[in-house]
Amino acid sequence: MTVSSGHRKQNREIEKRSGTTGNAVVQTEWHHRHLLDTDILSREEIELVFNHATAMEEILGREIKKVPTLRSKTIVNMFFEASTRTRASFDLAAKALSADVINITASGSSVEKGESLLDTVLTIQSLGADVIIMRHQCSGAPYFVARNVKCSVINAGDGWHAHPTQALLDMFTIHKHKNGLKGLKIVIVGDILHSRVARSNIHGLAAMGARVIACGPPTLMPVAGAFPAVKFEYDLDRAIQGCDVVMPLRLQLERQQGGLFPSTREYSRMYQVTPERLSRANPGAIVLHPGPMNEGIEISPEVAHGPQSVVEEQVANGVAVRMALLTLVLLGTSYGSFGK
Amino acid sequence: MAASVNKLAPGRILIKGGRIVDPWAGLDMTGDLLILKGKIEQVDREIRAAPGKDLLRIDASGLIVCPGFIDLHTHLREPGFEDKETIATGAMAGAAGGFTTLCCMPNTEPSIDRAATVEYILRKSSDAGSTRIRPIGCITKGRKGTELAEMGELAGAGVVGFSDDGSPVHNSSLMRHALEYSRAFDLPVIDHCEDLSLSKGGVMNEGKVAASLGLRGMPGAAEESMVERDIALARLTGGRLHLAHLSTARSVELVRQAKEEGLLVTAEVTPHHLTMTEEWVTGRKDGMVEDSVFLGLNAYDTNAKVNPPLRTGEDIAALIKGLNTGVIDAIATDHAPHTRTGKECEFDKAEFGISGLETALASLLLLVRRGDISLAGLISKLTSGPVAVLGKSCSGQNGFKPGNEADVTVFNPEMEWIVDPDRLFSLGKNTPLKGCKLKGKVMMTLVGGKITYIDKNIRTEVKV
Repeated sequence: MTVSSGHRKQNREIEKRSGTTGNAVVQTEWHHRHLLDTDILSREEIELVFNHATAMEEILGREIKKVPTLRSKTIVNMFFEASTRTRASFDLAAKALSADVINITASGSSVEKGESLLDTVLTIQSLGADVIIMRHQCSGAPYFVARNVKCSVINAGDGWHAHPTQALLDMFTIHKHKNGLKGLKIVIVGDILHSRVARSNIHGLAAMGARVIACGPPTLMPVAGAFPAVKFEYDLDRAIQGCDVVMPLRLQLERQQGGLFPSTREYSRMYQVTPERLSRANPGAIVLHPGPMNEGIEISPEVAHGPQSVVEEQVANGVAVRMALLTLVLLGTSYGSFGK
Repeated sequence: MAASVNKLAPGRILIKGGRIVDPWAGLDMTGDLLILKGKIEQVDREIRAAPGKDLLRIDASGLIVCPGFIDLHTHLREPGFEDKETIATGAMAGAAGGFTTLCCMPNTEPSIDRAATVEYILRKSSDAGSTRIRPIGCITKGRKGTELAEMGELAGAGVVGFSDDGSPVHNSSLMRHALEYSRAFDLPVIDHCEDLSLSKGGVMNEGKVAASLGLRGMPGAAEESMVERDIALARLTGGRLHLAHLSTARSVELVRQAKEEGLLVTAEVTPHHLTMTEEWVTGRKDGMVEDSVFLGLNAYDTNAKVNPPLRTGEDIAALIKGLNTGVIDAIATDHAPHTRTGKECEFDKAEFGISGLETALASLLLLVRRGDISLAGLISKLTSGPVAVLGKSCSGQNGFKPGNEADVTVFNPEMEWIVDPDRLFSLGKNTPLKGCKLKGKVMMTLVGGKITYIDKNIRTEVKV
C-alpha cells in the first residue's frame, strides 16, 4: 500500500519538477504489477493508459494487426464466471501482442472436481504464467490470488467489487468523444449496489475530475457515505438533466426475486433510458452500456442503437485498452516503440 | 528451568511480590499468595514460608496475580471437528491464554444434546488434564430449532447452560418454552442473536466498508431485533437469558433497559468486538490511514471474518461503556478455531471465526493502557463476571478465599510479543492479529494448584 502511494507522490514530484502539468504523460511511469481496481490509479496513470491505448488503436488499424511486444509471455485467462466480451477482448488483445494465451474456465476444469482456488492458481503459476487474468464471482478473489502468486494478476471482474478494465475502456471511450473527462456530468443508472462496473467507474471518474451521479431505486443503492464523491438521486428525469454521459447498467433479473424491486415493469418505467429522457441531457450526450444489454428494461432499443449510443465503440476500445494494460503490467513504461 | 519446574508437583507454591487483584474480595495490592496442596492457603502483604523441597517460589514482582480466567464461550470442536481443535489442544490454548475454565459450545458433531456427549467431553477433558471444561448443552435437539433437547438430562450430566450457538432459536414460541423450562434447573439460556433472514448471505458488517468492498453485509438490526425479542421473552417467562457476543451499540442499550427493568438478563462481549473495527477486513489494522484510501493486497482478510461481524468505532465505544457500567457482565472469547483451508480461500467462502484464547488478554490490555477500562475492571469481566452469569453451577469459584481451589493466572502486562500463528497451541491459526505486536503475556496458569502453563521467562526458585 505504502509503496503505491509513494509512487503516486513520486509521479506528482516528477511532474512538478518538469513543470509540465498539462503534459505529464511523458514522465509518468507505471509501477503496478497487478491491476485489481481503479482505486489505486492516479489521473496521470489513467492518462498514461489512454495514451498507450491510442497507440494500440493504431496497431489494430494496420493491415497486419500484430506486434511482437509480448512474444514469449504466457497469459492465462481464468474465468470462473460466464463472460463473452471481456474474455474475447483479452484474448484478442493478448494475441495482437503475440503472447501465448491459455483459456481456463471453471466448467470443464479441475475447479469442477473441487480444487481450491489457491491450488488452481498455484498450478497455473507453475505452468509459467506471466499474467493471470481472472473473473470470479466472489468479491476480493483477485486480491487473495495476488497475495499468493508471483506473477501479475489483472482483475476481469470480481463479484460486486471491481471491473477495472471495463471502467478504463468506458473512460477511454468518453475521453475520446468529449476530449477529456474533467468537469463532465456522468449519470450511472441502475443497480449500483451490486455493480462492479459502477464501483470501478466511480473511482476512476473521480480521479479524472468528472462529476458522478448514481441513480436508481434506494434498494439498489449502496449505504450513504460509502462513496463520498458521488451524488445519489432516485429520480432519473432529474438526474439526467444536463448530463454529458448516461450509463445504464445491466439489471440482474434475479434481484426482483430477492424483493429489491416489485417488477421489471415498474423498474423500466422508472429507470429505463428512453429517447424522451435522453432529450433532457446535454446536446451531444453519449450513452454507454457495459453489456450485455436487456433492451426494453434498462435501455430502450431506440437508445441502444440510436445515434448517441457508443456501445459498439466501447467493445472495440476494449481491445486497445486491454492491450495497453497488458503491456504496462508486464513491461511497465520501460519498453521501446511499437516498431512502426 | 521451566521444564524442571513442570516435573515437580510442588506441595506448596509461594507467589511473591505480585500485584494481587481479586475481584471477589475487592482486593488490589502488592503481596504474596501461598498455595498449599492445590488450595489457596493465604494472601498477605508478605508471607514467610518455611523452606523445603516441596516449595516452589515464584518471583512475581512486576506481574499481576489474579484468579484464573473463565471463558463463557469457547468452541473446542471435539467431537466431530478434530482437525480444527481438540479438547486437549483447546485446553492447552486456554491455559496459555490464562484461562482455567472453558465453557464449550455444543455445535459439535454430534452436538451436545444428550448426556452421553457431555460425559464424553468431561472424560476427554480429564484425560487432557489441564483446564477445567464445562460443557454447554443444546437448547434444541441437534441444534435444529424444532424440539427442546432433554434439558433435564443435560443439567444432570453437568452442563452449565443451554445454547444453540452458531444458530439462533428462530421459533419464538420454542425460545419462550426454553426460557420457561430451564427455570427448573436455574441455568441460563444463551442465545446467539441473529435474524437469519436479515443476515442471509452476509459476510461482514453492513455499511460503508462492505459497500466499497462489494461484500454482502449483515446489518446490526439482524442482531438487535433478536436481542429485543429475547428480552421480551425473558420478561414474559422470568427465565434467565444470557446474550452471547453482543456487537452493536443498540444491543447494549437494549440490555441496559432490560436490566433497569429488573429482568434476568446478562450479556457478554468478545475481545475482538472490543478492539477491532470492520476496517480490519480491508487489511488496515490501525484504523484508516490518511494515505491509504485504496485497497492494498491485504484486503479481504478472511481472518477478520467473524459472526457477528466486526462493527464500527461507535459500537466499540458503546461496548466499552457497557462493560464499565455493568450492562455487559463478562468478556468471552468466542474462540472459533478453523483449518487453513477454511480461511485460505475466497472471502465469501471462508468460515466465520477467530482463534482467540491466546490473544484475548493481550488485546484487552490495550484497552487498559488507553484508559478505557481499569485493570481490576478488566479482570472482573474475565473472572467474577462470568461466574455471576453462570450462577450456582460455579458458585464455588469465588477468588482467593482460603480453602478455594487454586485457579490462578499470573501475567506480565508489559511484555511484548509478536503473534505468530504457528506458535499458538490452538490448532486454529486463524487470527487477524497475525504479525501484530501485542503487549501483555501470561506467565503462569494454575488449575487446582497444578501448573497448566508456564512461560520460560518467569523467575522461579525451588528452595532446598
